[in-house]
Amino acid sequence: MTTTEPRIIPMGLALNEAMDIAMGLDEKVFLLGEDIAEPSGGVYKITKGLSTKYGTHRVRKTPISEAAIIGAAVGAAIAGYKPVAEIMIMDFIAVCLDQITNHAAKIRYMSGGQTTVPMVIRTSAGAGRQFGAQHSEMLEAWAVHTPGLKVVVPSNPADAKGLLISSIFDPDPVLFVEPMLMYWDPQYACDVPVGDNRIPLGKANIVREGKDVTVISYGKQVHDAVKAADILAGEGVSVEVIDLRTLVPLDEATVLASVSKTKRAVVVHEAVTRCGFGAELSSRIHEELFGTLAAPVARVGGQNTPVPYAKNLETAFVPQVADIVAAIKSLNK
Amino acid sequence: MATTNRPDSPDRETLVQMYEIQNKIKTTDERFRSMLTSGQIQLIYYSPRGQECISAGYAVHLRPDDYVVTIYRGLHDHLAKGVPMRELWAEFLGRSTGTCKGKGGPMHITHPDSGLVVTTGIVGSGIPIANGFGLAAQLAGTDQVTVVNFGDGASNIGAFHEGMNMAAVWKLPVVFVCQNNLYGEHTPMSMSTGVEYISERGAAYGMPAVTVNGNDPVAMWHAAGEAIARARAGEGPTLIEARTYRFYGHLMGDAMEYMPKEERKAAMAADPVPAFRAWLLENGHATEAQLAEIEDKIVAMVDDAVEFAMNSPEPSLDELYTDVYEEIIK
Ligand SMILES: Cc1ncc(C[n+]2csc(CCOP(=O)(O)OP(=O)(O)O)c2C)c(N)n1
Ligand SMILES: [Mg+2]
Repeated sequence: MTTTEPRIIPMGLALNEAMDIAMGLDEKVFLLGEDIAEPSGGVYKITKGLSTKYGTHRVRKTPISEAAIIGAAVGAAIAGYKPVAEIMIMDFIAVCLDQITNHAAKIRYMSGGQTTVPMVIRTSAGAGRQFGAQHSEMLEAWAVHTPGLKVVVPSNPADAKGLLISSIFDPDPVLFVEPMLMYWDPQYACDVPVGDNRIPLGKANIVREGKDVTVISYGKQVHDAVKAADILAGEGVSVEVIDLRTLVPLDEATVLASVSKTKRAVVVHEAVTRCGFGAELSSRIHEELFGTLAAPVARVGGQNTPVPYAKNLETAFVPQVADIVAAIKSLNK
Repeated sequence: MATTNRPDSPDRETLVQMYEIQNKIKTTDERFRSMLTSGQIQLIYYSPRGQECISAGYAVHLRPDDYVVTIYRGLHDHLAKGVPMRELWAEFLGRSTGTCKGKGGPMHITHPDSGLVVTTGIVGSGIPIANGFGLAAQLAGTDQVTVVNFGDGASNIGAFHEGMNMAAVWKLPVVFVCQNNLYGEHTPMSMSTGVEYISERGAAYGMPAVTVNGNDPVAMWHAAGEAIARARAGEGPTLIEARTYRFYGHLMGDAMEYMPKEERKAAMAADPVPAFRAWLLENGHATEAQLAEIEDKIVAMVDDAVEFAMNSPEPSLDELYTDVYEEIIK
């Protein structure tokens, strides 16, 4: 049942609802991760109340053992469960990468389709809180580079909820990247429908229509892209903003249709620019539309450095609205 | 082999069944090595020769719906758990008729119908995954048991320690079988491992642990039987360190200069498979005719599988993009 009653809630709550709904629908869904059970309900409180409602056998607090967490999820998924594993912060993916890339991602293929790994790895990510180099990175490109994984990065609470429910019931392993700064910040809260409102993976969202330039982004930077579009609207430049929502599968058709129309594209993300997702997307746009482009595709991303601590340096690392505005203007010269 | 007749020893049927499994492994391994040596086939091959009694000893306690997880050196575990000979050979040879349509290969044999659910080429990685199978059984309230196999070298990687601890904390129905063949690649255990017995590590996780002569089929049968019964009864995991020896080094073509010649010679002279055969006959557990019949049957089975695999086609190129995801995503 779906209803359309408007409710403004933050992403943290929307994610909680998604897991609540999925667990209510299917006994095979269970959660595991560090500190996720009551009384704390996780360090970011995303799983608040769920262990009380569903029991600690389904909302499982684990040892601080990321490889064991992902390994247990992989095995249980093959055995017919739908585990949702929480890796507290994306940088910690590094200590369980073997389980993710060599096992979760490859097992369907290596077994010739006999065994499958329907699981979700939820993880918080992103700079902006002065957490320093080991608690701030966006590493989604690692996962995109690994066939067998799906990669989702929501930009708002409604999408986060709809995409997470879809991810939990997806037949393949999904890395679900949650922009940490958006969890409880009311400026990112939005109307989230109650009930099971799934958003399919692989369907981009045209956040704003425009005709001069296409800005393609995902996650928190979608909001910066919209701000840049607002600024440029005042200068007579019409910017189309596409929120990819999922990087694998990628809604290439929506991107190419838009860029065919605008003939200009800027890809924006917070992750390090070098070999970031923008490099791949820019390359794909050039391969498909080279002769028709009015300018080369531009990339706006994080600096090619670890994420620094000092506030001014951290701000300098993260792409800003002004950088997006400048990139768009450079295409219109 | 130092097999003893205990009052609670396995019955004749079980003893013969164990020999049959051992012989199947030995015969299959011998065929692989001879075909590799003669150049009829080419593949990366990790011989399990010398370690047969371990797999046979636990496998006879398992049901088809129990799970086994193993490693690149896994042929003995595959056969013991009942992976069919034809599909196994075809997968080793990269044929479309293989267990995994030729897409996994020897290091990734998977056959869920037999309960052989994961074969990994990453040292130690099967351990955390086995916990997931154990957790699934525990959550579902079934009494399925998971046996996970790994080497002595694997007990030094993080996944082992994380996995052992989690299994103990969650009382998972998992049996950890460390097949200690005294070497990890070219390094003897004494140079890589801070304990004399891997079983000493059980105490660190509050997990019962035993060391057993893995080349003694009856001793292995007892140790595995106790651990599997405990797991089935919901009493939690056990670590079994099964001491053994790999006759042919790390992989086919290994010059083995790091293995003392006398040590290897002594181990091969004590080959546990013929020793068990002799013991069965001496103690009247089987007759010569009975064992010869089994052996002939296995040779015929291997002949048939080799022919099947050699005559099977390679996978179609269309298979490149299937099974990456449920649907094709390029
Ligand atoms: C994580 C990892 N590191 C290194 C290797 C290379 N490697 C393959 S087998 C092996 C030795 C493992 O020894 P052991 O666990 O004792 O198993 P055995 O081969 O003796 O059966 C090594 C180092 C690997 N496959 N995975
Ligand atoms: Mg070894």
